[in-house]
Amino acid sequence: MELLSFGKTGWGDELFYATLMTIAVSITAMLIGFFFALIFTPLKLSKNKFLNFVANSYTTVIRGVPELLVIYLFFFGGSGAIMYVASIFGYFEYIEINAFITGSFSIGIISGAYSTEVFRGAIQSIDKGQFEAAKVLGIKKHIQFFKIIMPQMLRLAIPNLSNVWQITLKDTSLISVTGLVEIMRQSYIAAGSTRDPLLFYSVAALIYLILTFLSMRLINRLEIKYSRGF
Amino acid sequence: MDFTIMATSLPKLLSATVITLKLLSLSLFFGIFIGLLFAILRLNKNPFLSKFAYGYSYVFRGTPLLVQIFIIYFGLGQIEYFRTTFLWVIFKEPYWCAIIAFALNTGAYTSEILRSAFETIKPGIIEAGKSLGISNKIIFYKIQIPVAIRQSLPAYGNEIILMMKGTSLASTVTLMDITGVAKYIISTTFKPIEVFIVAGGIYLFMTFIIHNFIKYLEKRFSF
Repeated sequence: MELLSFGKTGWGDELFYATLMTIAVSITAMLIGFFFALIFTPLKLSKNKFLNFVANSYTTVIRGVPELLVIYLFFFGGSGAIMYVASIFGYFEYIEINAFITGSFSIGIISGAYSTEVFRGAIQSIDKGQFEAAKVLGIKKHIQFFKIIMPQMLRLAIPNLSNVWQITLKDTSLISVTGLVEIMRQSYIAAGSTRDPLLFYSVAALIYLILTFLSMRLINRLEIKYSRGF
Repeated sequence: MDFTIMATSLPKLLSATVITLKLLSLSLFFGIFIGLLFAILRLNKNPFLSKFAYGYSYVFRGTPLLVQIFIIYFGLGQIEYFRTTFLWVIFKEPYWCAIIAFALNTGAYTSEILRSAFETIKPGIIEAGKSLGISNKIIFYKIQIPVAIRQSLPAYGNEIILMMKGTSLASTVTLMDITGVAKYIISTTFKPIEVFIVAGGIYLFMTFIIHNFIKYLEKRFSF
């Protein structure tokens, strides 16, 4: 128990900060994922065959390839790609991207593919009459989206988005391979220096369980809020 | 784009595919039995057994697969009992540790899939069996299980694909599966994009085959 205490002798405070890091990466990745979903969902629903193809390849490739491989791609290829872009603008110094950005970006791209599918499904299951009614009433396109489609879509999407959040949260454990000190990496360090891997990995598992439990509680509340009136 | 690296890494990655497929098939094989066992326990009227099965699936679905592998591979070796008995033959091998972790993990998801399949079986089917005088045991094995398997095929297909992606984590415990070999080639050649295309292509091909195989099975066993 002493190993888990806060302060200089224990690993409690380190694990606490690592937990905060995991939460920060998960939220950032989720938001990056939303950003990608915002771009790719309209492409998926568009009538243009080429745009369809682009969006479909994004979701198929990301959902069919292991997360770890995607992370390795960005971890080893990220700074190279940035330096290449920078060299076009005449900047030839070495650029190093920090692990937080690489991590949340790669997890964000993965989470974005799942979010895209969720939003597509949600929009498609909205009754067509809703779109037509809005059109007939002469409501402007963006108001139609924000005031009519969006509220209905969110209600349908939230249960599935909570799954995406769980996947994202668990996927962040994989960025420990890039050296970012989140729960998994901190447990690895602690296990290595105390030679007590069983304790620290069990604590890590427990922290993840608490995180998933708490976030499910929170999401259930959101679900109730958004399904009011139905 | 460096095509020679792609060409030279392809045979290495293909030979690593064998390990990925071995890990996948063995863990799915054990996972089905674990899943079936826990699905039955979950539907048991004994509240202790059903709570236990619920707890099992909650813990394994609520924690990352990486933690589970690390606990089994690094953690269990710490317990005296595992090191001194015959169990050590299994638990000292990263290969078997990975399979145990994968099987327990996929077992948890499979048990949820099967449970919901059992719950959605129309009671009429079971009642029809009873009124024909078929014994409870045979109703379970010959009616409930086949119907449940058919119902859970689409969800189980997804689980197979998720598990295939999950086997990439075996590379974190020193196994050289596709991802492990890919990482090795990337870190020695510094050509991440080329290697990603080849390795990702192999994974996508396997996803494609699994997806179509499940579709075929769905058609075959539909009624």
